[in-house]
Amino acid sequence: MVKIDTISEENYHLIQVNGEIDASSSIELDAALKEASENTSKILIDLSNLEYISSAGLGVFISYLEELKKKEVGLVIFGLKEKVHEVFEILGLQHLMNIVETKEEAVKAVNEA
Amino acid sequence: MKHKLSISCSKSNLLKIRHFVADQLVSINLSEVELHKLVLAVDEVCANLIIHSNHCNPTKKIDVIIDLIGSEQIQFTIKDKGVSFDLNKYQEPSMNEIVSSGRKGGVGLILVKRIMDKIEFSTEKNYNICRLTKNLEK
Repeated sequence: MVKIDTISEENYHLIQVNGEIDASSSIELDAALKEASENTSKILIDLSNLEYISSAGLGVFISYLEELKKKEVGLVIFGLKEKVHEVFEILGLQHLMNIVETKEEAVKAVNEA
Repeated sequence: MKHKLSISCSKSNLLKIRHFVADQLVSINLSEVELHKLVLAVDEVCANLIIHSNHCNPTKKIDVIIDLIGSEQIQFTIKDKGVSFDLNKYQEPSMNEIVSSGRKGGVGLILVKRIMDKIEFSTEKNYNICRLTKNLEK
């Protein structure tokens, strides 16, 4: 269903999400975000291999926004496929989260945050 | 033409439900983005019914029926016998409320309402029925 890898880069954590996130697998995204938020001040999330996300997965992202802001942890998401991007847009999440196209842009954005 | 899937109330069955919906809609040439949205809306309703109405009890079942009405409309009917949902009592929260509360749920029904043209909840012969209608662009 979903495979999540977290890689510690120089000054940020990179979370790679592969597969599908729904109500049965969102707990794994939650665990990865929790772990990263406790160990770094910069998080990049690579969604280029994410094929599907439902409200359970979106809810995980949304639930961390306030906490990360308070802890001054930067979060940038990149690589969304069009069908996944559309779901973020239906909720207007592009206004609440930092979403860019490429990893290069994401690295730049998280270091400027 | 109607297609029906009857499946037990386990979260792990959501993937099968999504495959069923996608397979049945293959014939109507939707874009990948549109197909993904319709699959998502059905998944959201089924996840709510499995988790909240039937408490993930695998001895309970839900039925998903897809009705292609010509080339103009698709109707999804989702039936279960769990705790019924009262749409009239549902107040859509704002995104600001959801973000500031830090909670993980609350956006599923917002997605369904924004994707579908019509959502109806009713009760007939001991079944709770959720009917989702999507008008297709010609």
